[in-house]
Amino acid sequence: MSGAVHTAPGATRRLPRIPRAALPQIIALVAILAIDRAVSPGFFDIRMSGGRLFGSVIDVLNHGAPVAMLSLGMVLVIATGGIDLSVGAVMAISGAVAATLAGEPLAITIGAALLIGLVCGIWNGILVAFLRIQPIVATLILMVAGRGVAQLITGGRILTFSAPGLSWFGGGSVLGVPAAVVVTAGAIVVTGLLVRGTALGLMVEATGGNARASRLAGIETRGMTVAVYAWSGVCAAVAGILAAADILGADANNAGLYLELDAILAVVIGGTSLLGGRFSIGLAVVGALIIQSMNTGILLSGLPAEFNLVVKAVVVLAVLLAQAPRLRRVFARSAAPPKATEPAPARQQGAQP
Amino acid sequence: MNASPNGEVLLEISGLSKSFGAIQVLHEVGLVLRAGEIHALLGENGAGKSTLIKTVTGVQGRDAGTVRLCGQDIAPRTTEEAVAAGLATVYQEVNLLPNLSVAQNLFLGRQPTRFGIVQGGVMRKRASALLREFGLDIDPGRPLGSYSVAVQHICAIARAVDLSARVLILDEPTASLDAHEVEVLLGVMRDLAARGLAILFVTHFLDQVYAVCDRITVLRNGRLVGERETAALPRMELIHMMLGRALEHSVSTRDAGRPRGDCIGAFRDMSRRGSIDPFDLDLHRGEVVGLAGLLGSGRTETVRLVFGADKADSGTAQLDGKSTRLHSPRDALRQRIGYCPEERKTEGIVAELTVRENIILALQARRGLWRPIPRREQDAIARRFIKALDIRPPDPERPIGLLSGGNQQKALLARWLATEPRILILDEPTRGIDVGAHAEIIQLIRRLCEDGLALLVVSSELDEIVTYADRVLVLRDRKQVASLEGESVTVSSILAAIASDDVAPKEQAAKEQVAREEVA
Amino acid sequence: MGIRSVMLPAAIAATLCAGGVARAEGLTVGFSQIGSESGWRAAETTVTRQEAKKNGDTVKIADAQQKQENQIKAIRSFIAQGVDGIFLAPVVATGWTQVLTEAKDAKIPVILLDRDIDPADKALYLTAVTSDSVHEGQVAGDWLVKAVGSKPCNVVEIEGTVGASVAANRKKGFDDAVAKDPNIKIIRSETGDFTRSQGKQVMESFIKSVGGKNICAVYAHNDDMMIGAIQAMKEAGLKPGQDILTVSVDSVPDMFKAMMAHEANATVELTPDMAGPAFQALNAYKKSGTVPPKWIETKSTLHTSQDSDLQQIYDEKKNLGY
Repeated sequence: MSGAVHTAPGATRRLPRIPRAALPQIIALVAILAIDRAVSPGFFDIRMSGGRLFGSVIDVLNHGAPVAMLSLGMVLVIATGGIDLSVGAVMAISGAVAATLAGEPLAITIGAALLIGLVCGIWNGILVAFLRIQPIVATLILMVAGRGVAQLITGGRILTFSAPGLSWFGGGSVLGVPAAVVVTAGAIVVTGLLVRGTALGLMVEATGGNARASRLAGIETRGMTVAVYAWSGVCAAVAGILAAADILGADANNAGLYLELDAILAVVIGGTSLLGGRFSIGLAVVGALIIQSMNTGILLSGLPAEFNLVVKAVVVLAVLLAQAPRLRRVFARSAAPPKATEPAPARQQGAQP
Repeated sequence: MNASPNGEVLLEISGLSKSFGAIQVLHEVGLVLRAGEIHALLGENGAGKSTLIKTVTGVQGRDAGTVRLCGQDIAPRTTEEAVAAGLATVYQEVNLLPNLSVAQNLFLGRQPTRFGIVQGGVMRKRASALLREFGLDIDPGRPLGSYSVAVQHICAIARAVDLSARVLILDEPTASLDAHEVEVLLGVMRDLAARGLAILFVTHFLDQVYAVCDRITVLRNGRLVGERETAALPRMELIHMMLGRALEHSVSTRDAGRPRGDCIGAFRDMSRRGSIDPFDLDLHRGEVVGLAGLLGSGRTETVRLVFGADKADSGTAQLDGKSTRLHSPRDALRQRIGYCPEERKTEGIVAELTVRENIILALQARRGLWRPIPRREQDAIARRFIKALDIRPPDPERPIGLLSGGNQQKALLARWLATEPRILILDEPTRGIDVGAHAEIIQLIRRLCEDGLALLVVSSELDEIVTYADRVLVLRDRKQVASLEGESVTVSSILAAIASDDVAPKEQAAKEQVAREEVA
Repeated sequence: MGIRSVMLPAAIAATLCAGGVARAEGLTVGFSQIGSESGWRAAETTVTRQEAKKNGDTVKIADAQQKQENQIKAIRSFIAQGVDGIFLAPVVATGWTQVLTEAKDAKIPVILLDRDIDPADKALYLTAVTSDSVHEGQVAGDWLVKAVGSKPCNVVEIEGTVGASVAANRKKGFDDAVAKDPNIKIIRSETGDFTRSQGKQVMESFIKSVGGKNICAVYAHNDDMMIGAIQAMKEAGLKPGQDILTVSVDSVPDMFKAMMAHEANATVELTPDMAGPAFQALNAYKKSGTVPPKWIETKSTLHTSQDSDLQQIYDEKKNLGY
């Protein structure tokens, strides 16, 4: 449930081994990819087409990019014990802004879109940290109003553009890798560095674990809260740019619609508790990939459309069950040799009367 | 003490055993509870008190042994079954719903109804009547959460007793109450015992044991040490039973002639409206200043101002002669002031983080976001303090929530010691900690001040305060009323200051009488 | 969604005022519009205004923001104002008996636009002007049958939102039409939720799972999904409109752009002009008491890339608010 990014004591930190806590997610991803391969034999085939890698796996990465982007911000927000429902609407706003300014120099287009995301995030953060509005309510405001703002910007229609700069984020590539994947990978690295390369990660976990104790330990918990919502806004803005560039148009009605729920789901699949505390960026991204592999697999399978949601629900349930502490204990008991099963539960109960 | 040692046996536990995995936590424990008696269940943390209660009341299953209630074997599988059998338990953390009204809490699940509709009026009337039996005259329509913890405890007890309990188990009910509230609660217990209930009372406070209990059962390491009549068991012997060793008698080792160090902190005219009246405070290197007073007298409020956890309305702070702003814990941290709060769970530890992370938290906060402490340094710091303070188990990667209270407290001390503070504030550093760890922490306090730290310690344990404090400030009703120094630091002089002059003796008596109303 | 909450109260106020001031000799009609959830609906509102102006009539438009209660309120207010007729684009099919009875008692004829209601209330409205979405699918299917000729053809279908009646009807009409031709086989069918991005994603998966070369035509339940699909084909190195035939429904302006670029073949028009026939019927009824048929079906015009008037239609449609 927690501690996903922390290797076991004694393990050398540099070694890229898979922590045990990450197993359910990794197994789930592998299993879903295997099923995808079974329903679509060419699933792992990759070839070049028009200077770009082309194949179902690339589709998974490409279409998973927006949700992965959202989950980068969402995982930090959830780790502080909050939630950000507005990311889908922020996507629509930033997409609309970018599409409106598509003719301007690229720096202005992108800069304005990111700025609006930042502003939205700071707004959420201030509502939560300073006005002490419950996160779900605070971000609901922007979730509802934000889409309206986006519609005002686009005038309610799909605002198409063909500027090469902005279009690159949809159709462009770096060494054949689609631009959206490159941008998202970059964002993952930046977020990772920001969080684990500084003390931000620890402070976010401390704030989410016990905000009062963290404040008394000298952590600027309110600033921390504003910062994570701001980052979530920026990530949503990037996702909005990617989504607009993908269809070469800003669709204020549909861009990012319900994606906040996918992002939350990705974070939860990634093992971060909605109560806050321990979090894992890597596993949240894996969560986003699990969701997208499933979506792509369903499309490839040719299953009648009516089954999509049911199949999704069953898979998500399976992944979440695999993470449930009780079930994990059962697995651990049956999988490991008897002496490895330390009597942790007993001590746990003993220490917390 | 209405000792009726030969009353009818209500609860008889024999041969009770329980183990978790390979660890046996109860070995064939037995206990007899008679009608009309208050029976203390004592032992250090980890002695098996909680497990005993949990296995008897059906929270956990038992491996062996019998529990007989009024001569009948019972084996409740849930607390509900235990209650139905006549066995009720009230825990330290009240298990009621603070957002519901007192009446709703009392009758939850069995509200008086007519045609399926809850009769609020009838319920409130019955609640009032019930609470009056317990000496409480409060409005049962108000939310439970708006009353003090003591009232909430009494409500919990009233609910339990009203559910036709014959045996009442109280698990550390007094841990978070002040002296007045404790008196009220002990009074309620005496009344209940007089009505023929049997009460099993788990506590850390030996004074309370001697005040109300007829008998004492002591557990140690999951085994029964013995059952005694309170009147025939001297305190030293009781401690011996609990620890298996005599507590080295704590004589003051204060060196009266020791020269006072430089003044590190000078606080003048600090105050916060509705919380603490203006006070002055000087802290010197190598000196321990104790803050004594009853709960609610303004002790915690005082130290929170010094630390900047609350904003002062007035006053100035000088540290090493320089004027300083202390508006937030961050300011205090920057000025190298540390604070271990009283509420360890809610304000101290971050339960799911590891011991290492908890220890380095304040140091990291001081260094700032952009200068993370390298992992190697973190490990070194954690190892150093785990060793120095003997934190057990010595595993820096264990979530701190899994440690015992005493070890959590030591880790919190380590958190602040790692920041190399000039001033360290400890609010009830020994509360809720077993006797062994208690002594260690007091040792530690002495060592720290020898190292030149200025310590400000809040404690309700007057015996303790006099052993380590160079100076004691006494607070009453949110005011500083006395400052005792040197030879005059004794338990009796502190008590005298708390109950001091301007309260006439007859008023004192009246005060005790209104205590019950006061807590309401 | 939110746009309505921000902008529309003002818009409603403005239209109501305008309606109140301009008392021409033409009819005054109240129009309870569902909302502005799609470009098509915005166009419908614009066309309604244009049609009213053309006839010298006055129209008061109330935006219901997808809520039936708002529509009922609007109708009551129209009745109170004593309008000559009420146009209603019902957000749901049921629950209209009460308010429509009130309108009938006030002798104000009600004309349904674009959507029908529960048949039990048939007596309560004058007529319904709607398109026939089964027929739209048929027109699309018939076009494909003709375009394919005698060659075998594998078709993939991008459906609308699961459970939407329009999606089901457009599917039925198309499937029935192509079933007559043994050359045509629908090999894949998936939902694209009526959006561009989903349409694109679904088409990508079709290209991967059956191979772009094995697809001869795409049918999408709306143009937006088709525009997404066209992008997917282009990114996969295919030439939409040539390698793969396209046919979809709606006729949004962007589709005309695609057809002019020869990247799309055909689109069946769901006309936003529901108000035109409605005004005609209302005028006839008011002036000469002519009772129109219970259902006025709008024309489902087929536009193909071969047409010469694409630019002209595009220019006309561009400003309707799509």
